[in-house]
Amino acid sequence: MNMPLTGNWTRACEVEDIPRLGSRVLERAAGNIAIFRNAQDQVFALLDRCPHKAGALSQGIVHGNAVTCPLHAWNIALDTGHACAPDEGCTQRFPIKVEGGEVFISLD
Amino acid sequence: MNKPRLVVIGNGMAGIRTIEELLALAPDLYDITVFGSEPHPNYNRILLSPVLAGEQNFTDIVLNPLSWYEESGIHLHLGKTIERIERNNRMVIASDGTQVRYDRLLIATGSSPFILPVPGKDLKGVITYRDIYDTEAMIEAAKVKQHAVVIGGGLLGLEAANGLKLRGMDVTVVHLAETLLERQLDSTAGTLLQKSLEERGLKFLLSTSTSAILGNEAGEVAGLRFNDGSEIPADLIVMAAGIRPNTTLAESAGLHCNRGIIVNDTLQTFDPRIYAVGECVSHRGVAYGLVAPLFEQAKVCANHLALMGIGTYKGSVLSTKLKVTGIDLFSAGDFLGGEGTEEIVLSDPAGGVYKKLVIKDDQLVGACLYGDTADGAWYFKLLREGRKLGDLRDHIMFGETSVGDVGVAGHNRAATMADTDEVCGCNGVCKGAIVKAITEKGLFTLDELKKHTKAASSCGSCAGLCEQILMSTVGTDFQATPKTKAVCGCTDFSHDDVRRAIREHKLLTHNAVFDFLEWRTPNGCATCRPAINYYLISTWPREAVDDPQSRFVNERVHANIQKDNTFSVVPQMKGGVTTPDELRRIADVADKYHIPMVKVTGGQRIDLLGVKKEDLVNVWKDLGMKSGHAYGKSIRTVKTCVGAEFCRFGTQNSTQMGIDLETMLANMWSPHKVKLAVSGCPRNCAEAGIKDVGVIAVDSGWELYVGGNGGIKTEVAQFLVKVRTSEEVKEYTAAFLQLYREEAHYLDRTVHYLERVGMEYVKKRVVDDEAGRRALYERLLYSLEGLADPWEARIGGVQQREYIPIKAIA
Repeated sequence: MNMPLTGNWTRACEVEDIPRLGSRVLERAAGNIAIFRNAQDQVFALLDRCPHKAGALSQGIVHGNAVTCPLHAWNIALDTGHACAPDEGCTQRFPIKVEGGEVFISLD
Repeated sequence: MNKPRLVVIGNGMAGIRTIEELLALAPDLYDITVFGSEPHPNYNRILLSPVLAGEQNFTDIVLNPLSWYEESGIHLHLGKTIERIERNNRMVIASDGTQVRYDRLLIATGSSPFILPVPGKDLKGVITYRDIYDTEAMIEAAKVKQHAVVIGGGLLGLEAANGLKLRGMDVTVVHLAETLLERQLDSTAGTLLQKSLEERGLKFLLSTSTSAILGNEAGEVAGLRFNDGSEIPADLIVMAAGIRPNTTLAESAGLHCNRGIIVNDTLQTFDPRIYAVGECVSHRGVAYGLVAPLFEQAKVCANHLALMGIGTYKGSVLSTKLKVTGIDLFSAGDFLGGEGTEEIVLSDPAGGVYKKLVIKDDQLVGACLYGDTADGAWYFKLLREGRKLGDLRDHIMFGETSVGDVGVAGHNRAATMADTDEVCGCNGVCKGAIVKAITEKGLFTLDELKKHTKAASSCGSCAGLCEQILMSTVGTDFQATPKTKAVCGCTDFSHDDVRRAIREHKLLTHNAVFDFLEWRTPNGCATCRPAINYYLISTWPREAVDDPQSRFVNERVHANIQKDNTFSVVPQMKGGVTTPDELRRIADVADKYHIPMVKVTGGQRIDLLGVKKEDLVNVWKDLGMKSGHAYGKSIRTVKTCVGAEFCRFGTQNSTQMGIDLETMLANMWSPHKVKLAVSGCPRNCAEAGIKDVGVIAVDSGWELYVGGNGGIKTEVAQFLVKVRTSEEVKEYTAAFLQLYREEAHYLDRTVHYLERVGMEYVKKRVVDDEAGRRALYERLLYSLEGLADPWEARIGGVQQREYIPIKAIA
């Protein structure tokens, strides 16, 4: 996971607040953020907006390290925000760190 | 770490396709080395004819550029022919002395042209038509020479003749048989073909055999002599009289060969470390010379090389297309017919159209089309599926469009479409974009096409049309969609395999299924997870636990997601009947939550559109109504007319019948959505003829129809049974739906299920077998008993956090 240069971490929630192979939404004026948890309890954060037609990725099915957008079934990689081939596009990714079961996000 | 070494002899379409399939299954399993005699990377040999005809150039037809080999970590030896296989040392030795050891060896040496054993066959100017070298030789020859003779009137010979003619040569085709393409066409179609090729300026000498090739003092070709003593001049001769599998190398290594390297159903030779694919093999006594079978072989072989060991190759049904622009012909299967077969023939020689269908035991077994081949793909599909024709027989000659299609699938035909015509109405993909993707990205299958263009990936109604475009673009390379399809890319198992495993081994969770069937992905994908979830809960009701994370969002949150990520809410209104009190509450809710649109649905209910996710639970609470399941692969609604209570024509109380059915089926999950209707008389105002189960009242009871569909492709429901009492209506309806729930593939509507198993089978299970019907009825009731209304459950706090965002941040 890439660390942000500054130390501006915001506490988001606990890992246990997010269903395994599911997600929760972090409301934000500049666009909601979807926080995902995979089967290995790793946590990822993406802008809640599919690069295709702005579907809410938080509502998709999570599998492996990807989420399938509920609107037109694009697959987006959770760790990079890139659409899986052959689709092309990218959604913004936010650095996350987990400490003692708590999830912190960097919004810089 | 030392990986096992896989060596491939042959850098052509079969060998490389196998490697591609293998890399998709097991990217890091082998250290791969490829030897090719030609100095080129893998190219599409089938497109040599367009190159010869000047319609494409060599770079257009390269399938795998050198960069692909590099990126895939393959050691590539170009221009090196393997001369020896030392099986005891597990080593191959190339012409330049290169030696490479192998753990697994794949032989894909292809075939060579058959050279007529006549005097003069070695003269300068006698060439074959096999690779890009030959093609370039012909292109060069056409610049300086005049008279070309092609020996052989098969696919390759005619394509060569057409290409040389287009490059300005005077071309004569010499053919041993009485008609052209006698292995692909019957004599009528062969004669039509000859006529149109003659109009293009080609000359033919049929029933003619060559006795010698004549030369001049310089050792160059000068002419041809035939068995009857006659002669014609020629300065270029193309031998296209068939191919022979290249087995010399394999034979010298002691591998069993007989007109091809003998392989079993896993493409393994008699040496278990050595596999072989492509035109060099003989499988169950057949050596194939077209590309589609090679691809099927490649898939199976790759599966075994990847140590998965589940595929078997059982031989291929072939179809043929001639790649001569402007000439449409198609044949498949047993197009000649014979003992025990019947023929349907449409013949319009003046219009240049001829169609013959061969039928045996009510199944299509062969087709031969000339002039109009638009339905070739459809006939080929019917042929491979071996479907019983039944009523279809009356219409089959008039093509797929005659059997009741509407919408985009109906009136467009691949061949006649312009590039700007829309093929996929859901995703706005036009024909030009599809053809471009097929040629530029080297696509061969419908699945690849779906991934790259999105065509046919939403509602799927244009899948047939896309297959047609694939077929007409890539010709014989076209790879037909397999009859039994894997659930998704995570596995090679079919829906039936998964169902059986869940039932027979009592698998109760997703992970148990993934482990037992060795899924390739750790937790499936958005295609297989919902399917497995349905199979688990429908096979083991009250035991398997529903997994919300394997549900599509609509079924997880019990509302229907819209394009702006809001949701729609449709409360239950059994039989379309409501009350003033309910309507008042709906109005109040619409005001309170500022609902932007209130709309009456097609299923006689009211839809509240534009509800925010976090408001859903409160909206349901204030409505005080049950879930209408308008969002699920589940029971939707039972549409009714007013029936005998008010209508002067009504014969039974259809409204109450509808309410009773909807009550019985409440909360039922199913492979796809299920819609019912009950009409009070044969005027059928509730449109029961296009529902999964349609009930029509008559004076003496009720008629039941099943398998109707008003959606993508309108399907009229088929008559199942006539019963007397409303109790029987419930029992038969429940039994049919339970059979569908137990046996249909996920996302198949009842019509698709019926198409697969046949109406006779359903009647046997539901109508004839009384005890079986009772058992099905009881199993359905057992599955449904005690299921909670999902809205009520969520108002009570189930899955609460699903609806609440983590609090807002700056």
